[in-house]
Amino acid sequence: MFQTFKTVLARDILLATRRRTDVLTALFFFLIVISLFPLGVGIESEVLRRIGPGVVWVAALLASMLALERLFASDFADGTLEQMLLVPQPLGIVVFAKVTAHWLLTGLPLVLIAPLIGLQYHLPGATQGVMMLALLLGTPVLSLIGAIGAALTLGLRGGGILISLLVLPLYIPVLIYGSGAVSASMMDGAAVQAYLFILGAFLLLAVVFSPWATAAALRISVE
Amino acid sequence: MAINWFKYASPATFYPLAGRMIPWFAWLAIILTLFGLYWGFFETPSILTDQKQYYRIIFVHVPAAWMSMWLYVVLAGWAIIGLVFNTRLSYMMAAAVAPTGAMFTFLSLWTGAFWGKTSWGTWWDWDPRMTSELILLFLYVGYMALHSAIDDTRRADRASALLAVVGVVLVPVIFWSINCPDPNQCAALHQQSSFKGVESNILLAMLVLSIAFWMYSFAVAFMRVRNIILERERNTQWVRELPEVCE
Repeated sequence: MFQTFKTVLARDILLATRRRTDVLTALFFFLIVISLFPLGVGIESEVLRRIGPGVVWVAALLASMLALERLFASDFADGTLEQMLLVPQPLGIVVFAKVTAHWLLTGLPLVLIAPLIGLQYHLPGATQGVMMLALLLGTPVLSLIGAIGAALTLGLRGGGILISLLVLPLYIPVLIYGSGAVSASMMDGAAVQAYLFILGAFLLLAVVFSPWATAAALRISVE
Repeated sequence: MAINWFKYASPATFYPLAGRMIPWFAWLAIILTLFGLYWGFFETPSILTDQKQYYRIIFVHVPAAWMSMWLYVVLAGWAIIGLVFNTRLSYMMAAAVAPTGAMFTFLSLWTGAFWGKTSWGTWWDWDPRMTSELILLFLYVGYMALHSAIDDTRRADRASALLAVVGVVLVPVIFWSINCPDPNQCAALHQQSSFKGVESNILLAMLVLSIAFWMYSFAVAFMRVRNIILERERNTQWVRELPEVCE
């Protein structure tokens, strides 16, 4: 079973490294959205510090959502996905491997670039650490929940806009506690730990249930 | 006594049954609505000043909010039954309930906005309950959008049913996170919601109108499910033999 996981993971990462622009577009989308906000709301450092946590998380939500379409689409188009549904190993493992690869390529870059955002929005040093940690816990949840939506809208016309309608309301808890953690770290004496624990709990629940639900959705969509 | 639970799981047997039940639910809805509104407007004690009469929105607002949440549970329940037993009629019921649920969600938001304008002086506030209701509207819209985006009815039914199940699992988490954005203060933030403080006549009108809205939901969902049945089964023999179709 672990062998299956490793094989699918290695395959998806290899495919992505052959098409590097796909990875970079999500990252640059994230950067552009974040750079647009100061132009729209004003560049006073006080304002930026207040809206920073929310903006980072909304941008992360949108970036991970836009990248979702590619999660299954190319495999579906060339028929690989149908073969994957036929393998004797549990489909949940295959799905989990694909989502992991997807997160490594679209979620992890957001985590790594976070300190740069912190500089743009004049966030203090400790806050940047919390932001990276919160994104590290939160972005996999986004990928895992989003995978369900991606599987449900597989091969539909206008799937991209539809997926946002399905998935964005489900992202709300991560948004609230993710940006809550970053905001709390800027206040004196507020405990950040509770936010991170809750994000961690979301991650564990999503890891357990999401691949299973995604597998069920794939079986419905490809039949 | 053995009851054949699946007898009415077939569209062919359920269609006439629903047709016979619609008048009952419709009349109950009309009578109870009239009674509830009358009681709410004329039989409640006038303990409040004239400026505070806007509170009577409560007789529509609260039942609508209750129904909006209950109908989502009903929708998800039919979705689960459909996924488990693979009965076509369950999916049709789920699809028939969704627009009514979305309508009640919108109604409770709309009446809530009127209430907010008169009592708080604002149309909208990011109060946890209002936000939860707004998110519920998004979930209904997502369900209906997915259902209508897929041409193949079998896939549309099953995919949107799965979405409804995922939604109903996440709804408590979403509502809880909206109610308690700061996990360090969760224990302190407990919304009081109890019938004890409500005057008994007001409570009576509210409950009667809730039942009225429920009966209305039955009637409308049955009408809609009959339409869905006719649309999907239009190529079958029994539909062609229906008196209303023959003519």
